[in-house]
Amino acid sequence: MNLKYTKNPEKRSLPLMQGLAVWMKKNLFSTPLNSAISLVLLGLLFKALGPLFYWLVVNSTWEGTAQTCRHNDGACLVFIKEKFVFILFGFYPRELLWRPVVAISLFIGLCLYSRDVKRWNKLLLWRWLKLILLCAFLLKGGLFGFEAVSMDRWGGLPLTLILAFIGLIFSYPIGILLALARTGSLPLIKALSVSYIELIRGVPMISLLFMASVMFPLFMPDGIVLPKLLRAQIAIIMFMSAYMAEVVRGGLAAVDKGQYEAADALGLMYWQKMLKVILPQALKIVIPPTVNTAIGMFKDTSLVVIIALSDLLMTTKTSLKDPKWLGFSVEAYLFAALIYFIFCFSMSRYSKRLEQVFSYGGRS
Amino acid sequence: MSKEPMIKLTDMNKWFDDFHVLKNINLDVFEGEKIVICGPSGSGKSTLIRCLNQLEAHQNGKVVIDGIVLNGNLKNLQNVRKEVGMVFQHFNLFPHLSILENLTLAPQWVHKLPKEEAESYAMDLLKRVAISDQAHKYPGQLSGGQQQRVAIARSLCMKPKIMLFDEPTSALDPEMVKEVLDVMVDLTKEGMTMLCVTHEMGFAKQVADRVIFMDEGQIVEEADPETFFSNPKHPRSQEFLAQILY
Repeated sequence: MNLKYTKNPEKRSLPLMQGLAVWMKKNLFSTPLNSAISLVLLGLLFKALGPLFYWLVVNSTWEGTAQTCRHNDGACLVFIKEKFVFILFGFYPRELLWRPVVAISLFIGLCLYSRDVKRWNKLLLWRWLKLILLCAFLLKGGLFGFEAVSMDRWGGLPLTLILAFIGLIFSYPIGILLALARTGSLPLIKALSVSYIELIRGVPMISLLFMASVMFPLFMPDGIVLPKLLRAQIAIIMFMSAYMAEVVRGGLAAVDKGQYEAADALGLMYWQKMLKVILPQALKIVIPPTVNTAIGMFKDTSLVVIIALSDLLMTTKTSLKDPKWLGFSVEAYLFAALIYFIFCFSMSRYSKRLEQVFSYGGRS
Repeated sequence: MSKEPMIKLTDMNKWFDDFHVLKNINLDVFEGEKIVICGPSGSGKSTLIRCLNQLEAHQNGKVVIDGIVLNGNLKNLQNVRKEVGMVFQHFNLFPHLSILENLTLAPQWVHKLPKEEAESYAMDLLKRVAISDQAHKYPGQLSGGQQQRVAIARSLCMKPKIMLFDEPTSALDPEMVKEVLDVMVDLTKEGMTMLCVTHEMGFAKQVADRVIFMDEGQIVEEADPETFFSNPKHPRSQEFLAQILY
């Protein structure tokens, strides 16, 4: 076949500045009214961002002491320079700091490596398992001549990442099982699943954390004391599972009834049908709400401050209490916000990419 | 013929809540027979064939497929489903799997065939329905007619003794109906037992051993196609035929 394709004139490439001019003409200044609206909005944007720019860039203080900062109007970046190690790692012993740094670097490295769906296989799963064990060992120590660090001293970013990541990898499969139980046909299991989900969703996470920290030890046999971090982790997993279950249930309901029937008619057993036919489609449909829940949970881990675990937000707050550096809360919270944003925004971008990867050449 | 029928329905009844969809259905189908079921919309024809592999459970009466009684026993149900293939109006291919994977999924998991064996048989079947060159595409990339042919091949992969067709051409664009009917006609030559709900009267005339006319949940008339189309006895069949064959 000798078909000739002509290029879409909208897509032709122009030199950058000329392209920008064309884009602005088309999208910002197409009619007098649009031009007026654009100008007003640009003006407002300038008005809002201008002072921020001055505060953060032009007038900011990069060198000196708290005194220098108080003399200047701008942001006190000296404070961040002074405190970022504490905000990121809390009370972890300073001389052993390389251990959480290596752990986080490995974690982020493997995250980046796992971005490509083509690399998802059993081997990668093993690598993740090894990584989790290695990170736990790095943080905890106590073997092979590594000095032990008590869990009470873990804090900051590693703590937040542990709570969120471990919470996610446990709650996702548990959520799937709960959703299957809730949509299944076994009445007792269904009732259990429904009561669990409704009960957990019916209480705020704070109360669950309080229960984990105050009530849970009462149920344990004498002499067995679970570390507070572990108790909080369990509470977070329980909470997240209930939400994940509802997200997955939405996906199960969204898969066409014909898919269930076709799988049944072919003689597939329940688990074969679910694993091979229904779940791959259902989980793909719910990628956006799944990531939405994960992002929400990532930020909700900051609620552990109420049971005095020093996660990222807690270390930020603590850093403000240093008598030498009183009064720089805006800088501190912006810094914490920036770190939360980097992680949440990455998740959100990645979710978009996953959606594209799993859109198998059109739909049937 | 003293042989046991392949399908034996005795006084089968089904309700959807209070709605009596199937009323005292009695039907014997022998091995190799081609049955076409027709009737107005809502007459229960789809429900009837969906009861044969229990996508819909019947409430009373007896359903026996190839000597296996369908009485709610899961094991029996599984065994029947291994022997009964079904083709749906909307194809219901698995959109996340390639055409080849659609075909090999059930043989690998239900019959526990090794992958290579399942794939080579699947490729044979794809050649037969003339889609072997599309084996690595996804269902969404194929036309409706091609998808339905894949769906037929997918059912055949399980080497069924009985094939059920639930309005296989109703969702197709007119120019694609023939390619699907050709595959089905081809299938009749091999002695497959077939039950087909369809409004393709040409197909019925060409291949059916018997035509069953249903109305309001009952089998109203049962005859060979010759008699049914030229000389329908029941007034409701006459009315139905008058409406579809202007």
